[in-house]
Parts: sequence; C-alpha cells; structure tokens
Amino acid sequence: MPFIPHTHADTESMLTTLGIESINDLFDEIPADIQCDGLPDLRDGISEMAMQRHMSEKAHIDETGICFLGAGCYDHYIPAAVWDLTSRGEFLTAYTPYQAEASQGTLQLVYEFQTMLASLTAMDVANASVYDGASALAEAILMAVRINRKSKSRRVMVPSTLHPTYLATVESIVSHQGISVESLPAEDGVTPMLKAKLDNAVAVVLQQPNFFGLLEDADTLTEHAHAAGALVIGVVNPMTLALLKPPGEWGDNGADIVCGDGQPLGIPMASGGPSFGFLCTRMAHVRQLPGRIAGRTQDKDGNDGFVLTLQAREQHIRRAKATSNICTNQGLLVTAATIYMTLLGRQGLKEVATACVRNTHQLVDRLTTLPNIEKRFTGHYFHECVLDFPESTVELQQRMLKQGILAGHPMTGMFDEGDRAMLVCATEARTAQDIESYVQALADG
Amino acid sequence: MADTIFDKSRPNRRATAQRVDDDAVEGLLPRNQLRGSPPLLPEVSELQAVRHFTNLARKNFSIDTHFYPLGSCTMKYNPRGVHRAAMQDGFLKRHPLTPSSHSQGVLGCLYELQEILQDVTGTSEVCLAPMAGAQGELTGALMIKAYHADHNDDERDEIIVPTAAHGTNPATASMAGLIAKEVEVDSEGDVDLDSLKRVVGRKTAGVMLTNPSTCAVFERRIQAISDIVHDAGGLLYYDGANLNAILGRARPGDMQFDVLHLNLHKTFATPHGGGGPGAGPVGANERLAPYLPTPMVMKSDQGYQWLEQTERPKSIGRLSAFMGNVGILLRAYAYSLMLGGNGLCRVSEYATLNANYLMKRLSDAGFHPAYPDRRATHEFAISLRREAKETGVTAMDFAKRLLDYGFHAPTTYFPLLIPECF
Repeated sequence: MPFIPHTHADTESMLTTLGIESINDLFDEIPADIQCDGLPDLRDGISEMAMQRHMSEKAHIDETGICFLGAGCYDHYIPAAVWDLTSRGEFLTAYTPYQAEASQGTLQLVYEFQTMLASLTAMDVANASVYDGASALAEAILMAVRINRKSKSRRVMVPSTLHPTYLATVESIVSHQGISVESLPAEDGVTPMLKAKLDNAVAVVLQQPNFFGLLEDADTLTEHAHAAGALVIGVVNPMTLALLKPPGEWGDNGADIVCGDGQPLGIPMASGGPSFGFLCTRMAHVRQLPGRIAGRTQDKDGNDGFVLTLQAREQHIRRAKATSNICTNQGLLVTAATIYMTLLGRQGLKEVATACVRNTHQLVDRLTTLPNIEKRFTGHYFHECVLDFPESTVELQQRMLKQGILAGHPMTGMFDEGDRAMLVCATEARTAQDIESYVQALADG
Repeated sequence: MADTIFDKSRPNRRATAQRVDDDAVEGLLPRNQLRGSPPLLPEVSELQAVRHFTNLARKNFSIDTHFYPLGSCTMKYNPRGVHRAAMQDGFLKRHPLTPSSHSQGVLGCLYELQEILQDVTGTSEVCLAPMAGAQGELTGALMIKAYHADHNDDERDEIIVPTAAHGTNPATASMAGLIAKEVEVDSEGDVDLDSLKRVVGRKTAGVMLTNPSTCAVFERRIQAISDIVHDAGGLLYYDGANLNAILGRARPGDMQFDVLHLNLHKTFATPHGGGGPGAGPVGANERLAPYLPTPMVMKSDQGYQWLEQTERPKSIGRLSAFMGNVGILLRAYAYSLMLGGNGLCRVSEYATLNANYLMKRLSDAGFHPAYPDRRATHEFAISLRREAKETGVTAMDFAKRLLDYGFHAPTTYFPLLIPECF
C-alpha cells in the first residue's frame, strides 16, 4: 500500500467507531447499476525502484544533443540553487495562498516576483502568473476588449510575425466572445506601418523580438496604434528586456498590456511545460487583470504582511462576471523564476542576454560563410535568425540529429519555399566549440 | 518591516552562479532599441539569496509540514520518487519542438497516461493538453459548443450549473460565450430534479456537474439528471475535482457524462506548488471525442506521434504554445505506475474511510454535519451556524484558530448555500 499509513488494526478500529463491517458499506449511496468493480484493465502497482528504472529508460531515449532550437523555448543555464530551493517541500507542496497566515512565504515571494516583472517590462503592475505565454496573450486580448470599451470594435490586429502557436491558441480561446483576429502582413520579416489597417481596431499585438528573431519598430507601431485609438499589447521574452527597451517605454506612452512566457527565467525546457505566462499592465487597468495578485499590507498591530488582493476580479468571488475562469496558475514556476532573477540580478541577466546575442550572431556569421546558406531577412535580430538552406530543412534536421545536433526549427509552411528555411538560436549555454561542431556537422553532410 | 529581497540589495553586489562575463553588444543591436536604465532586479550574494528564500519557505504551511483537512482540493502526499522521476535530464532538457523520431520516450509515457486515464474515467479518448482544471472546463464547454454548432443547433447557449458549483464553472461558461443558469440543490445535497426540469430546454447546451458534488455527497440521482439533460438535447460535463473519492467505484463515463476533466494535481498527487502548476486532461465519449483539443499522442507503425489539427478537423484547436504541462503529466504517469489499478482503488477506499471517521468523531464531539443523514465521501461539510448564533464565533474564527494549532484551515464558506460551513 504505497502511501497509506493504516495498519489492519487501525482500519478495524475506525470501522468499529463507524459501526460498519467493511469499507464497502461507505459506498452504498452509489446506485448499483453505475458501480464498477475496481479498475481491472490497469496493471498492478510497482515499487519505486521499478518505476524509477522505467522512467530513466524513457528519459534516456530522448537525450538528443546540442540544442540550437528556440522558437519560444530556450536552452539556458539554470544555477543549481534555483531548483534546489524551489524543490523544498514548503514551496513544492504548499496550497494556494488563500490563508494568508499560513502562506506568508509564498505571498511575499509572489510580491517580489511581481515587482521584478513590473520593473523588467516598465509597467505598473504584474499578476502572479497564468498558464503560458500563448494563453497569456489570449487573456491580454480579452482584457484589452474589456478596457477599450469606447472603441466599440472587436477587431484585434495581430502581426503575421507572431509565434504561430500563440496565434492558434488565441483563436481557440477568444473567438467565442465575438472577437475577430485579423492579420497584419509582414515585409522583410517585420511589420510595416499600415495606418489604414489599424482603423477601428480595439487592440494591436506586437511581439518583440518577433517569431523570426527580428526587432520590430516598436516605437513607431505603438504611436500609430495609439493614434488610431487601439491599445497596444506587447508580447516579450523577459530575458531580452535586460538589453532591449521595455514595452512600458515604447513610443510616447508605452504599451498598455504586456505578456509573455517566463520559461527563459530559470525554467527547464521540459517539453514546453510547465512554464508560466505573465501579464503586466497600467495601474488604471488593474481591475481588468485576470489571475491572482499579491499585495503588501499591515495587520492590526502594524506589522507588515502580504495578502492576495483585489480578489473581486476572480472566479471564486465574481463567478460568471469574473475577469477570467483561471484558478490554479503556475505558482511553482514563478518561485523558480524569482530565485533565478535574484541570483542573476541586473548585471547577470544583462550578461546572459548579451551572450545570447553574441553567440547567435557568431553562429549566423559562421554558417553564412558556407556555400548557399543565407540570412532570409535583412533586419537586426536578437538571439534567433531565419536562415535559408540549399535543401529541405526537415531532412537537414534529421541528418544533423544523427550527429548529435538539434539544428533549429524548420519553417515548413510559413512562407514560400519555407521548407528550406530554418530558425536557429544560440543561447549563452552554447560554446564556441558547440558552434564549430554545428558548422563541421553541416560541412561533413 | 518585512525584509524583502530588495531591502537586502546593494549596488554592484552580485551572485556569480550564472556569470558569463560578456558585456558588449556594440554594433549588433541598434542603439535606439536599447534599454536606458537597468531593471530593478536585486543585487545580492548567492548566500543571501539562498537564506532569503529558505526563510520564506519556512513561513509556509505545506503538505510536507502540516495536515490540510481541505475539502474540494484533495491535498495528498506528493511522492518524492515521482518528483525525482520527472526531474531527469532526458525529460528536462527535451526541447518541445524536437522531432517525434527523437521523442519516443516522453511520447510513450504520454500515450500510456492517455490510456490509463481513459480506463479510470470510462471515456473513449483523452487529451492531456489542458494546463489546469479551469482550462479543462473551458475545453469541455468549447467542445459542447462545437458539437452543437456542428449539428446546426445554434440556439443552445445556456450551461446549467448547480447553485453549489465551484466558481470556475460559471466563470468558464462566460469565457466560452455561454450563459450560466443555476439549478437548485435540495436539503439532502442532491440536485433538485424539478428545478432542473424547469431550466432545461431547447437553449440548453449542457450541464456541468461535480460528483461527488461540492456539497461533498454522492449525487444519487445522476441517471435521472442525465436522462433529463440528454432528452432535452443537452450534453453532460463532469468536473473531476472530486474523482479521488470514487476511483474504481463509479466511472463518469458509466454515469453517461459526455466530456470531463481531471485535476492531476488533486487525484494524481502532483504538487500544488503554492498555487500551481496543475494539469486538467479532458476525456470524452465517442460522440464528443472528435472535438478534443490538439495536440494528442497517437501510436502507429512508425512509433508514437503527435496528432495535430490537420488530422482532427473538428478539434476546438490549441490551448498552449506547446503541449501543456508535460512535467506534471510525467509525474501523474509515474504515480499511476506505482499505485496501479489496485492502488488507485485503495486511495478512494481510505480517503472515504478517513472522511467518514472524522465526520463521526466531530459529530460525537457536538458539531453538526451539513448533511447528517448522508455518507461522507472523501470529504464532508459541517455547519457552524449554531455556534455562530449562540456564541458569535464564526466558521472563519474556527478556521483561523485551527491554524494556531498547526492545521491548515478547511475550505470555508464553500459551498455558499450551507451557512457557516467548512
């Protein structure tokens, strides 16, 4: 009985107290014709040792090699202390911090997290997380429509340079509230000024750097969107904000809502989840922000403490009128990210961002010296770049995997001749030797 | 004053756990795109950071340190072995876009978990993508909507929920563009069938039910409810919040539910993490399975592969950038391997024994169960209305006093229809 403490004597004594013969009696309110007799199709349980052996075999199969794949999930180094501390039982096995007296650790940590995220994005407030970057964008769009009621419009303009699965997620979630998502075309991999397109739009989404790794002209796009009466929703990689102008400073007045995925902040790639989505906004819009928010307050004796605040936005109070149905969020990943940001500090995060930029530029410089490999776009890129290869990149990727290199993300279906394009990425975790291995493997064919 | 991490920060102090010593992007990025002033991230040493977060951890209640007699949230031991099994390099360092040819390990685990959950729930297909119970609920509501749209039944825009339902149920209905209609619960904690008959009709898209219900009793008339809703052309959604109480005793599929979600962070022992992450896989019968979200995992001659939108044209689509909370799914899979079918059945038996025993002991001590003539399930509600009236000591006072004794407070004032409950 893996985790059940009851001895036979315990069970007998409890049944006696209850005045019944058998545990089965406790299920006598379930109508007989819907009762089932156990779970006979499932195998019997196994020991922890046997389970570990099985899981290790499975994990070992998936060890591929050196990762040059990004596209929304990145191979960064995570200092040992991050998950040593995050895995402490008091963080790992704590409940949602509804009881403030029993949750001061989690609540203070969330407050510190919100402070860090608000500062990174140069916004006023952040929430305690949503599921991931893609669902955060869906929530940001729903939020923008609630905020910008005077627009009367339900058209949201989304650049074609946005991460494609973010777009797919947005469409699954927001279309049911009568919101239409319309595409802004790209030129040379970035979103050009299209004033006419922005007329009668409730919000404009802007991903920086965009899916192709390129820098958009965020200042000008923000100005045009605001001039057209639309809100600006920034989708950002928080790591890049150690170097890049934060969305709160785009244009004259900054973005109105900022969201993204926190994976680069100390979260393992782990097949893409769990990670966490973050949402930041201006104080004027805080009541439209979904999810939990921690605040700092004082008790009746004047002692500082932390609590969940503005709960009248949430489903457990407002039910059908809540800002979102979200309840469980990604709290443990927020714990990891807060510890990561603390250990790196402002200087460490800037160094990571800088190394990502330099390594990717070095990779691209080396690859484009090989025959018939070229950059697809001309603009400035951060730590990802689309390259055109002389062959199918799906096949190229398989060939490189045999040499222990995960070469990048094939852009099949994204543009004309996209089957020869690949998005490559080199984070701070890639060494000069790793980059030479890539070049060598490619040259060896 | 609370000592936040920012109070410990000093200019130019730093930890070197992640030091790259690379500080120049001259010429690589345009100057007008760069940040002017640095973000206010703390500047502390590694030991300061470790002490700060260790001390914060010590201020928390947790399963590892305290008992959580918490209804509606199934707080159980989170096995250490399961955590370690999921924290292996092969799983942690796998990029989500790695081709399936080089992902047979994780895909195999996920495929087997889909099959285990199908058996446990009595459904024909399971999708693991939803990232928490509330996203599972949204998935179910969108699938119900898609089913009716597919059958040109466009008038059905109402979802029926019991007055005692969890707040996510009506919030989900709104998010799916549906209108939540409430149905009454009777004095024994069952759905009032007359009230149900009054609200069902040609506008009914479906009904969302938890069973055992949020009143902590088994919904005995579930077959009658199912007939009333199905006869009216509606569908049944099962909220799996309380599945832990009936593993191997009654399966939602056998109760005629069309679609359901499970909370793996409840029934399958994955950690709550101070608020998340969870995982909310969704299962469906044959009628609704074509509408399940993507991606799912399929098995073919070439091994395990992702099933994407192109192969599931009726799917409601994607809910996350990648494949939901895979790390949590792996933990649930490892837990189910350790317990097996026999172990999962024991979970419900002993959870139910414990809850009934505690209810009996509290009754003997003079407290009042909300439904004294009913069995407890894996939880029960007591009403402190009399104590509040006679002494002025409310359910909240009892809850907070329990904290003083080292017990996490029970869920208080939920469901709202039971006065002064927990």
